[in-house]
Amino acid sequence: MAQVITVTSGKGGVGKTTAVANLAVALAADGKKVVCIDGDIGLRNLDVVMGLENRIVYDIVDVIEGRCRLRQAMIRDKHFEDLYLIPAAQTRDKTAVSPTDMVRVCDELRPDYDFILVDSPAGIERGFRNAIAPADRVLVVTNPEVSAVRDADRVVGILEAEEKYSPALILNRLNLVMVKNHDMLSAEDVLDLLAIQLIGIVPEDEGVIVGSNRGTPVALEQKSRAGQAFRNIAKRMQGHTVPFMDMDKQGKLWDRIQRSMSGRRV
Amino acid sequence: MSSLFDRVVGRKRSAQSAKERLQLVLIHDRTDLTPAELDALKDDLIKVIAQHIEIDPQAVQIGLERDGRSQRLVADIPLRGVTRRRSG
Repeated sequence: MAQVITVTSGKGGVGKTTAVANLAVALAADGKKVVCIDGDIGLRNLDVVMGLENRIVYDIVDVIEGRCRLRQAMIRDKHFEDLYLIPAAQTRDKTAVSPTDMVRVCDELRPDYDFILVDSPAGIERGFRNAIAPADRVLVVTNPEVSAVRDADRVVGILEAEEKYSPALILNRLNLVMVKNHDMLSAEDVLDLLAIQLIGIVPEDEGVIVGSNRGTPVALEQKSRAGQAFRNIAKRMQGHTVPFMDMDKQGKLWDRIQRSMSGRRV
Repeated sequence: MSSLFDRVVGRKRSAQSAKERLQLVLIHDRTDLTPAELDALKDDLIKVIAQHIEIDPQAVQIGLERDGRSQRLVADIPLRGVTRRRSG
């Protein structure tokens, strides 16, 4: 029975789609059966980040409006047998899908897969509501930057008001040099401000863009720091305990983060 | 960029500014209270309390504080030394 995990952020451009693509390949590499759903109707992107843009025939709106069967809209990944993408429609808008449609599609997939990852559009309107409707769990992506943290807090507030979600945080694009120079919010700062559970910290890494350029998510690169961070998050999603990466040579900061997490409400 | 220059002239590092500004913004976002509305609330509170007990309005401190994901309104209201009226 699949877990439905929605990745959202409030603000655009913080790395939601990149996170979905990377978590998907990392879970698939661990032998999990995974389906990704691009929830950004009208601004389709997960297909190019995963390198599957040339294989699209049908999309999620075709499924919802009965022009094809669900299986026909599922594109098999280039690298993994058990990884699929259901693309967004490019020529429609968010109103083409309802929260009930999303729940129905996910319920149909649940029996045959381990994880269903839903890539939410930016914002807190219809597309976001659609994306969180089927979620068993929500991951909120943010950057250590004032506007991204503020929007993440709004999204967490909305999810809490819905009462069925306990969101976990992915802090993306942490620049360790800037943090050391006190010119970037540290992971500890962001956790103190948002006060939610942490599931991973991804360091800023040029390899992420290189991976997107090629349509090969960086989680497939064994040497990549960001790739390692995404692989760790994928392990945590499977319920494994993985220590946070020792990105700072002194290690003290990360010890403190982990200590600060132990007393936190989950 | 922060630099030695910033430290010499005592300018705050930008991460610290970001954190302090966010702390305030998030409290107001979460409570949906503007600073002006908070001031109005404070004035009303002082008025009501002053009807019952003698206080120094200048010494009253009322503000919002964060506690994890919840907010609380914290008031510190020092009472004026009351000189008891004696009958007779």
